[in-house]
Amino acid sequence: MLLRELSEALGVSGHEGAVRELILAAIKDLVDEHHVDALGNLIALKKGSASVSRRAKRTGTPAKVMVAAHMDEVGLMVVFLEREGSLRFRPVGGIDERVLLSKRVLIGDNKVPGVIGVKPIHLLEEKQRNQVMRVQEMSIDIGASSKDEAERLVKLGDYAAFDVPFAELGGPWRAVKGKAFDDRAGCAVLIELLKESYPFDLYAAFTVQEEVGLRGAQVAAYSIAPEIAFVLEGTICDDLPKKRDVSPTTTLGGGPALTVMDRSVVADPRLVDLLVDTAQKEGIPHQFKQPGMGSTDAGAIHLTREGVPSAVVSVPSRYIHSPACVLSRDDLDNTLRLMRATLARIQGLDLNR
Amino acid sequence: MQIKDFLLRLSQASGISGYEAPVRDLIRAEFAQYASEVRTDAMGSLIALARGERNPETPRRSIMLAGHMDEIGLLVTKLEKGFLRFATVGGFDLRVLLGQEVVVHGRQDLPGIIGTRPPHVLSAEDREQTVPLDKLFIDVGLSAGELEKLVRVGDVVTLQGKFFELSNDLVSGKAFDDRAAVVCIASCLQHLSTMKHAWDVYAVATVQEEVGLKGALTSTYGIAPDIGIAIDVGHGNMLGVSEVDTLPIGGGPMLGLGSNIHPLMYSRLAQTAKANEIPYQTDPIPGRSGTDAWAMQVTREGLPTALISIPLRYMHTTVETLSLKDLERTGRLLAHLIAGLDEAFAQELGLRAEPS
Repeated sequence: MLLRELSEALGVSGHEGAVRELILAAIKDLVDEHHVDALGNLIALKKGSASVSRRAKRTGTPAKVMVAAHMDEVGLMVVFLEREGSLRFRPVGGIDERVLLSKRVLIGDNKVPGVIGVKPIHLLEEKQRNQVMRVQEMSIDIGASSKDEAERLVKLGDYAAFDVPFAELGGPWRAVKGKAFDDRAGCAVLIELLKESYPFDLYAAFTVQEEVGLRGAQVAAYSIAPEIAFVLEGTICDDLPKKRDVSPTTTLGGGPALTVMDRSVVADPRLVDLLVDTAQKEGIPHQFKQPGMGSTDAGAIHLTREGVPSAVVSVPSRYIHSPACVLSRDDLDNTLRLMRATLARIQGLDLNR
Repeated sequence: MQIKDFLLRLSQASGISGYEAPVRDLIRAEFAQYASEVRTDAMGSLIALARGERNPETPRRSIMLAGHMDEIGLLVTKLEKGFLRFATVGGFDLRVLLGQEVVVHGRQDLPGIIGTRPPHVLSAEDREQTVPLDKLFIDVGLSAGELEKLVRVGDVVTLQGKFFELSNDLVSGKAFDDRAAVVCIASCLQHLSTMKHAWDVYAVATVQEEVGLKGALTSTYGIAPDIGIAIDVGHGNMLGVSEVDTLPIGGGPMLGLGSNIHPLMYSRLAQTAKANEIPYQTDPIPGRSGTDAWAMQVTREGLPTALISIPLRYMHTTVETLSLKDLERTGRLLAHLIAGLDEAFAQELGLRAEPS
C-alpha cells in the first residue's frame, strides 16, 4: 500500500493538491473516469456491468456505491509575520495546542523548515511550568531575522504541516509511525479497492476539508448521488493506560472499527449488519468504535439529497491530530479485506423497507 | 572536520548523563586526529592531549577546554499494559514531552512516541491542564508480551530531534547543549594543528554535566591544568523572552563575566577576539554559572577559569537552535587564544612555576 508516501505528503485542509496528485497518479489507470470538482475533491468512477445495473434497478439492490476517504489533515496556517522574522500561526482543524511545543514543521509548497520553540526551562518561573501555553503565544522560527527575510521564504496564509518521517516499528501488530493517518489510512485502503472489479458503479471520492467541517464530502455526495456510501477513516484509538478506566474508543491491533453511532451520524444498521456478518463469515478480526466520539464524512454524506444509507469503517490510529501517529498494518490489511468482502456481497443487500 | 557535519553526527548520537558511550566514540575518533594521547578517565570523560612546543627554559603549562557530551533524557521506570512509564534525567519542561518522538535503548533501539490523547476525547478542563509525568507514556508499538522481551526498567531513552537546517546558517536539533561545544573544541584543535602553541592543550568532553557537573569535577582534578575554559550554550534571543536574559544568536560567542570567571581570562579572550576580528558578546553572570566552569574553578587549589557560551534558542528542547557562524567563531577564538598563551601571561595570572 501507498501509506508511506501518503503519510509524508503535505495536505492541510484547503490545500490538498499534493496529496491529490499522488492519489491521481496511483488510480488513473484503474478507473474509467475521474474529475476534480470545484472544491478540490477527486472523484473517480469504476463502472459496473450494464446488465447488473438494469437488474439492480428492478430489485432495489444498490447500483451506485460511494466510498469516501478524506485527503486533508490538521495543521497550521501562518497568520502574521513578526518584525524580527518569526511566524505567528493558528491551528487548522482540531489540534490540542499542548502538543505543539518543540515540534518541527514544513511550511508552504517549498516545505520551508521551521520549529515551534519554547522559552527554556531555565528562564521559566515555577508557576509557568504548569501553565498551558496558548497558541497565540507560540511562533515558528524559520531562522529569518527580519520580516523582509521571512517574506522571501513564506507568505501570509501559507499552510504548515508537521515534519514526521514515516517508519516501521514492527512487532506483532506490524506497527508503523507517521503523520496524518487520519485519514491517509483511509486513502490507502480506497486506492487498493480500486484495483478490484465490481458489478455495480463504484464512485471513489477522495475528499477535501473534512477536518474543518466535512465540507468536501457534502458536495461530492451531492454530485455522485449514491444509493449507499461507505466512509473509510483513520480513527481515535485512546488506549493509553489511565487511572480511571474509560473507553479507549478503539484498540490497536483489534481490527477494523465499525461505527454504530458517532457525533455526526447514526450508521445505517443494514450496512453495519452486512459488515459484521461479512467479518464473521470471513474470520476477519473487527471491533466496534465505541459510540459518541468524533465525526466523519458520513455525517455530511448521509444527509445528502433525500438521504444516503451510510456506514464508517476505520483503521484505529493512536495520537491522531498530533504530529506522530501509530497504526497497525494488520488493522490496515484487515480493513481492506473486510471492505473487499463486503463490497462483493452488496448485490445481496435489499434496501427496500 | 566540517562543522555542520560533525554537529549533525553528534546531535544524532545518543548519550544521556552516565550513558555517554555512543557519543564518546564519535568524539574520540575526531579528537584523535589532532592529539598525541587520548584517554578516558574513571568517570568516562574523554581527554585528548595536544602537546605544545615549549621553550625548555620555561615551565610546562597547560590549558583545559571542557565541553560536556551528555544530554538530558529519560529512563524507563515501569512497563504498563504495553506502554512505558519513565523518569526524567536532567532539567525538563514536561510540556515539551507531549507528542515527542523518542528512541528507547532496550535490547535493541526502538523508536517510540510519547503518546497524547486525541482532542476528541478531552474535556475543556483537560485541555487547560499540563500533562503531569504520571500521565505520560512511551509507546513503541509493541504488545505487552513483546515489550517485556525487549525493554526493562532502567533502560535509557533519548529524545529524537531531527537535524533541521533553517535559513541564515541556523540549524535546529537536539543535544546541541552541549555537543555544539564539543564541535568548537574539535574545530579549535583543527586550527591548532597548523598553528604554533607553547602550552599543552587538554581537550575534554565531560560526562554527567546535566546531573551536577560531575565529569568536569573529576577530569579537572586528574588533569590539574594551569587554566581552564568551559564551553557551553547560553540563552539566545527568542520571541517572547526579555532581551535582558538573552543575547542574539549569530552575534558571536558570549564571554562570561562574573565570579565564576577570572577577570584576566575574560579580558584576554576579549582582546584576542578583537585582534582577530571575531565578533563576541559580553555575558554578565551574577554568581553560579551552572556550567562545567563552576566545578573547574574550585578544583584542587583552584584555577583561573573562563566560560564561553554559544548563543542558543529553546534550550533543553528537541528544537535547540543556533547559528553555525558562532561555532566557527568560537573554535577560531579558542585557537587564537591558545596560540597566544605564553609565560608572561602565566606570570600575570600568578601561576606557580610547577603546578600541583
